[in-house]
Amino acid sequence: MRPATEVELAEIVKAAKTPLAITGGDTRRLGPVRGEVLDLSGLSGISLYEPGALTLVVRAGTPLAKVEAALAAEGQRLPFEVPDMRRLLGRTGESTIGGVVAANASGPRRVQAGACRDSLIGIRFVDGTGAVIRNGGRVMKNVTGYDLVKLLAGSRGTLGVLTEVAFKLLPAPEATATLRIAGLDDARAVEALSSALTSPFDVTGAAHWPDHGTFVRVEGFAPSVAYRSAELKKRLSAFGPVEPALTDPWPAIRDVAPFHGAEGDVWRLSTVPSEAASLVTRANARQALYDWGGGLVWLLVDEGTDLRATLGPFRGHATLIRSASALPVFHPEPTPIAALTRGLRAKFDPHSLFSESA
Amino acid sequence: MDMPLPDPQVMARRAGIVARLASVLPPDALITDPTETRAYECDALTAYRCLPLAVTLPRTTAEVAAILRLCHEEQVKVIPRGAGTSLAGGSLPTSDAVILGVARMNAVLETDYANRFIRVQSGRTNLSVTGAVEADGFFYAPDPSSQLACAIAGNIGMNSGGAHCLKYGVTTNNLLGVTLVTMQGEVLTIGGPWLDPGGLDLLGVICGSEGQLGVVTEAWLRILPKPEGARPVLMGFTSNEIAGACVSDIIKGGLLPVAIEFMDRPCIEATEAFAHAGYPDCEALLIVEVEGSPAEIDDQLARVKSIATRHSPVAYREAASGDEAKRIWLGRKSAFGAMGQMGDYICLDGTIPVSELAHVLRRIGELTASYGLRVANVFHAGDGNMHPLIIFNANKPGDLELAEALGADILRLCVEVGGCLTGEHGVGVEKRDLMHVQFSPTDMEAQLRVKDVFDPDWLLNPAKVFPLDVTASRRVA
Repeated sequence: MRPATEVELAEIVKAAKTPLAITGGDTRRLGPVRGEVLDLSGLSGISLYEPGALTLVVRAGTPLAKVEAALAAEGQRLPFEVPDMRRLLGRTGESTIGGVVAANASGPRRVQAGACRDSLIGIRFVDGTGAVIRNGGRVMKNVTGYDLVKLLAGSRGTLGVLTEVAFKLLPAPEATATLRIAGLDDARAVEALSSALTSPFDVTGAAHWPDHGTFVRVEGFAPSVAYRSAELKKRLSAFGPVEPALTDPWPAIRDVAPFHGAEGDVWRLSTVPSEAASLVTRANARQALYDWGGGLVWLLVDEGTDLRATLGPFRGHATLIRSASALPVFHPEPTPIAALTRGLRAKFDPHSLFSESA
Repeated sequence: MDMPLPDPQVMARRAGIVARLASVLPPDALITDPTETRAYECDALTAYRCLPLAVTLPRTTAEVAAILRLCHEEQVKVIPRGAGTSLAGGSLPTSDAVILGVARMNAVLETDYANRFIRVQSGRTNLSVTGAVEADGFFYAPDPSSQLACAIAGNIGMNSGGAHCLKYGVTTNNLLGVTLVTMQGEVLTIGGPWLDPGGLDLLGVICGSEGQLGVVTEAWLRILPKPEGARPVLMGFTSNEIAGACVSDIIKGGLLPVAIEFMDRPCIEATEAFAHAGYPDCEALLIVEVEGSPAEIDDQLARVKSIATRHSPVAYREAASGDEAKRIWLGRKSAFGAMGQMGDYICLDGTIPVSELAHVLRRIGELTASYGLRVANVFHAGDGNMHPLIIFNANKPGDLELAEALGADILRLCVEVGGCLTGEHGVGVEKRDLMHVQFSPTDMEAQLRVKDVFDPDWLLNPAKVFPLDVTASRRVA
């Protein structure tokens, strides 16, 4: 089913008796497809773009590439550096902006510019009863009523089908510089990233790619980038020689390129940076990649590993990104939190039409 | 403004309820004497007052849980309260409700610079969070004007903003996790000192829910390294339109100032008379502040100046010293005090698309004239968050109602141009009856469902945010 309008979509949901698999370009789904495919690509197009107000309103099925091209033409961008998950997950579709929001997909710049949910200022969605619901709007500051915008971001289609999303944007920077320190072990690398992130130099990327280097990025006006790079170089010299990166590592870090095509299960840990290196050691991982100053860790482990059991309790949570195993994708929640989640899903999707992980 | 009639059954059981509260709290944590509860009859929206059934001032999360469990059993409404600085009546009591004030819970629980967070009890004031980390070169970014007094609990309840949120975001963008006590008295940990939620973003909907989903007793907050320096520049223009166009060009120019503040002529004149900040005599004034090293600031201000020059400013004054910077901010920071000298005032908080600034200011002028009242505008222009101040005389019969009617018209205008009723103060009781202007019944129903899940009996702050007729069937009679 491929509705062309929000009204058609609402009719489909209202009439549905069996589960629907909400799909944009099917590039970010984590679990199996459950139910009849509801293809959102027909709901496409930019509804409003005001560069002077840094505001974009766009229909959910619009290809991400089209959104990014429209913004680039005005020297602007989505602040949160959307990862492309296709090669990691082995998919070939076209990522849509609704899927980006449903997954709260956020890349390296998250440490400075926030996640997708922080740039999202408005939504329209169809809930499990077929009702069209609007929340937020197109303005930067809005505390009118409950913030369902945040609740729907990252809800992976479990509460409703997004039909339109609104963002606040940022101007693209005039200049970018990336510094690299070679040869640090993981724990020392996270310390270096922490040093960079606790400096006043407005770091917009802080990642450690074992065997490739520890990377720190600054962006902005050219004189400012030059100044901050020089200051960071001084600050980080205690960790080893600091040099400009010869190639731009950020697309590879953003898209988890080191794991593309590699055998094994892929996990994603969200944790406290200072615990990251010891978690990686305990995980007995084949490979690891640290982003967000160590707050985000990608792990490649033996197939079928129950990483949550291996690690035991830790500060944060683990998501199973790619695996053939039957382990749950999302970290089990404490009983009272799980009850709230179930309660919300029952209210927004009373007929259980929306699958676990769209 | 109507409030629901008190629950006669609760009123009849008052003594028993108080006795039960006394049995679970230390003596100084429970106030029932009307001479003492009077301090809690209103918040910063002083036009509305009501004595609560009792006031509780717990010191621990366990005490908060005990109060809520007991009130849930007794089916008594609870009004959460931080420091009582809400401009929207967010913690206005009803006579059948117990106030739960967290102001005594003000400890710093954990400071972790390497991982860039602080964990505090929620009664801690906003400014004292920064105070706890400032010596080590950090700060907590959201900075509401009331930051000296307002509590983190209230900041989370209202998703408070501030003058610097153009760059740093509002409370929801700086909140990592909370300890939340539900109306049933269950203590939950939601989020924590990491960046992503593991499942649904419950924290995102708790922030800004105006104390209707639970009582926050502790919070993990993101702290940031302080910038090397900051410098404001002041510029005057011959019309609101031109100042508005300049704001838009600064934003489009790739600059991200930490603040862009706007004052119109009535506001400039009032603050000048009050604070003598030496502001130019003009129709509209902008204060733009940028951050960084001295050289970075010079570079950014050169860019700001070249943009501003295209709009032929009648005044352009860059702070050459800390004293001059203070003088530039003096008038802005005295604006509300200056308005207080002119009379009583209502402070609105609607947000509009930045592109509509000039149009909305013109319409506000026309509406104000038609009501025969005075309005001064001072606001965060960079993000379109307006603060029209309607001046009236509380001693003149009918003047408050007239001012409220003008306020409602201005907020309708904000929604009509694509904006919203409130950008950072919250709905409370003040804007409650205007919610239908912004939301359809279906839009509101979706929000009510969230409260149904967290607080099925609708006991937490129940007469706020949504129009009473919309919530009537859910609220305890």
